[in-house]
Amino acid sequence: MECCESLMTQATSRRALLLGGASFAAWAYLPKFARAADGRDPRLVVVILRGALDGLATVAPIGDPDYAALHGAIALRADGPNAAVMLDPFFGLHPAMPEFARMYRAKQAAVVHAVATSYRDRSHFDGQDVLESGFAGPGRVQSGWLNRALEALPKGDRVMSALAVGPTTPLVLRGAAPTVGWAPVALPQAADDTAMRLLDLYQHRDPMLASALTQGLQLEKQAQGDDMKPKPGAGGVAAMRLVARGAAKLMAADDGPRIGALAFDGWDTHANEGGPVGRLAQLLGGLDGALAEFESGLGDRWRDTVIVVATEFGRTARINGTEGTDHGTGTIALLAGGAVKGGRMITDWPGLKPANLYQARDLAPTTDLRAVIKGVLHDQLGVGERALAETVFPDSSPVKPMKGLVA
Amino acid sequence: MARDSQAALVALNRFGFGARGGASGDFVNAASDPRGFVKAELARPDGALLEVPGLLSTAALGKQVFDYQFEIQQARDAAKAAQPAAGETAPQSSSEPVPQRRNLSLSTIAKEITAKDPTMQSAENANAAMTPAGTMQPAVDPPKPPAQPLNIIQKTFRAEALARLQRGVVADCGFVERLVVFWSNHFCISANKGALARMWAGSFEREAIRPHVLGRFADMLKAVEQHPAMLFFLDNQQSLGPDSRAGINRKRGLNENLAREIMELHTLGVSGGYTQDDVTSFARVITGWTFAGRQGQLGTPGTFVFNANAHEPGPQSVLGKSYPPNGVAQGEAVLSDIAQHPSTAKFIATKFARHFVADDPPPALIAKLQDVFTKTDGDLKALATTLVDSSDAWQAPLTKMRSPYEFLIASGRLLARNPEDPGRYLNGLNVLGQPLWSPAGPNGFPDTSAAWAAPEGLKLRLDISAQTASQLADRLDPRDLLELVAADAASPETRRTIERAESRQQALALLLMSPEFQRR
Repeated sequence: MECCESLMTQATSRRALLLGGASFAAWAYLPKFARAADGRDPRLVVVILRGALDGLATVAPIGDPDYAALHGAIALRADGPNAAVMLDPFFGLHPAMPEFARMYRAKQAAVVHAVATSYRDRSHFDGQDVLESGFAGPGRVQSGWLNRALEALPKGDRVMSALAVGPTTPLVLRGAAPTVGWAPVALPQAADDTAMRLLDLYQHRDPMLASALTQGLQLEKQAQGDDMKPKPGAGGVAAMRLVARGAAKLMAADDGPRIGALAFDGWDTHANEGGPVGRLAQLLGGLDGALAEFESGLGDRWRDTVIVVATEFGRTARINGTEGTDHGTGTIALLAGGAVKGGRMITDWPGLKPANLYQARDLAPTTDLRAVIKGVLHDQLGVGERALAETVFPDSSPVKPMKGLVA
Repeated sequence: MARDSQAALVALNRFGFGARGGASGDFVNAASDPRGFVKAELARPDGALLEVPGLLSTAALGKQVFDYQFEIQQARDAAKAAQPAAGETAPQSSSEPVPQRRNLSLSTIAKEITAKDPTMQSAENANAAMTPAGTMQPAVDPPKPPAQPLNIIQKTFRAEALARLQRGVVADCGFVERLVVFWSNHFCISANKGALARMWAGSFEREAIRPHVLGRFADMLKAVEQHPAMLFFLDNQQSLGPDSRAGINRKRGLNENLAREIMELHTLGVSGGYTQDDVTSFARVITGWTFAGRQGQLGTPGTFVFNANAHEPGPQSVLGKSYPPNGVAQGEAVLSDIAQHPSTAKFIATKFARHFVADDPPPALIAKLQDVFTKTDGDLKALATTLVDSSDAWQAPLTKMRSPYEFLIASGRLLARNPEDPGRYLNGLNVLGQPLWSPAGPNGFPDTSAAWAAPEGLKLRLDISAQTASQLADRLDPRDLLELVAADAASPETRRTIERAESRQQALALLLMSPEFQRR
């Protein structure tokens, strides 16, 4: 292996950041309605937080008499230094999220609390599978609910310009509807002629590799510009902003994808989670920055945008013995974007009394996350209720789409 | 014996790390006795051990990193005390940075160290994937030195990486080394967790994985779960029994991270029949499993110790069985029982077959492996032998995609490039999404073709292959290399593609990217 080390190092520094926790993929088509005469040209972004976000630490029920004792040393407070931003008299937003607070005040962001998928065990990997596949149990299918929702939409032109194929596609967007991805990586390119010869070989000998290489070759031609390069020394938080900035740039383009998905890793805060400052605060700051990047990068299109932020499950209501939280159940989902009917806390609050906790340890879920997502898919993209109940989220007809999430 | 080129491909690629170049004769040897070629490595006593001069024990490495962190802390403390003086020298150093570097304040040096070393930044952080901004203190960037000398953590990581890479490149068939990589990924830690994890990533594998790769599963399990690196990676050194003396005094308590992942990822599997209560009880059982710190109050720094003060008193019930309170033996008894649980046999057999044979392995093969695992009480050499002896493993088509690690090692073998520096490999692994000893989660790197045959991953492999070829092809004839890789098992299309290439460089890149080289 005698690669050119300086070039490799440069490429590595970029990719290493992304491996620190972020990837982006998008639908390869421009939906037909994107050019419809009424000017409605919606964008939908799904952000998956892998590792299980502590909803009680992000949007804290400060008004709940049991909260402070349960969350102990890491509980947020309504006053004092690093106070939570009160969204209403009961709930306070983590102080690391000023951008989300601003969007909330501008009625462009909302919080759904005490929400969960249908999954009730506590394995990350199964929980993520249920969250992203949209099936009631793990391991059933290799496609995601967002991809199956796209199949129900009228396809428009195929979008390929300025897109590279990302290292991995999140399960939520995997499936029959073709998607593309993007990651800010630069490595000297193999010559086109070599690539074409290889493609020819694959087409004769290995159709699966042929298909992968075909997609892999479709871009990269367009360099992304210097502002896309992560600064050396910056951490995963910067990578979140970076990926969001790139995704927003792609999705803002007239011929860019309208629907995208991102995944951010690292939310598994078993130990030393931190309160208003600390580890979770860092991550939330990165997420907040990513939302702000979407807002600025999408420009005029922000007003047609909905961003859904979701995680596989929540964390224990009571902190564990190491000032962190173990795997739990109920948590939050966040909505942001100019198209969100925001400025609202959406919750049927179950309370944190011991008897009200799920299995005496977790925030009890009172809202099915599928209802939230169905509501967004219905109102934002026009996916029909029947498709939502049968193919997007199979066997979910009792879970009705939540109404009025989109302005 | 008859020459069987197709079987040679299976022996070399499915079980091993691919044919070596030069005059190794690997392909010919594998073709004349495919099974014997693979199994020869299993017969060597201690063949999996990696003993290289300069590689230290976990305890010795622990001492080094503790001392290093202590020095930095002292430098910081001293800097704090000397704050005003440091402020006065700052303007001078900015105007004349080079000569002034020798007189930099300790505070600046401490800042440089922490700013340059991501492992230090994240040492206090439970997940270094996201670097805490709180530790990125320098308000003013320190002047960039031409080449920052590596600190002890970076040096150690590279030395450990180099030893592992060299073993892979020179191994005869590489089957034992493939087993090491399989088990190391099954029981993975991540070097990104922090300084100790990066320091210990290599010694963990040398001490907890390698001695047992051809031994007993229960022994490997115990060695892994009592290794300081694993205790650190999954937070168990912080977990205190709520009713233990330390728990009461310090008002801290349980962390169930390690207990859950032992059951879910290391033994029973997610649907292996355990409940939340089992996880919590098991977490109580292994409270007190920790390692001694710098001051060595509990034992030799950097070694496993059982801290009775932190251990939850009383009997515990796990998976329907009660375990009496008998200190460290309580947890060892649980581990021993879990190792023999039928769910563990099934979980391991399935993962083993999936890794070596197919994403959806033949059920009969899984059943056979499960049976052997159970009957031999988890004899991993018997497990490996059963795999090599099964006809399924030889008949299944080569549909698995080489992982980035397997691809880079196979390239190094074919091109006879025994690395003297791990940098290129480590960079290649980062670019291709499999950074050494640093998976994103405790479930390790993925093990399916879909994960590694992703579009961008494939394109990046092509770019790396083209770079490699541009450097090396002058001295090689790719047509000869094809004979070493696949001989008459090569497809006519691949042969034609290589023969018709416009240059040696192009031909070599295409060979490295051919299905014969990418699939296993």
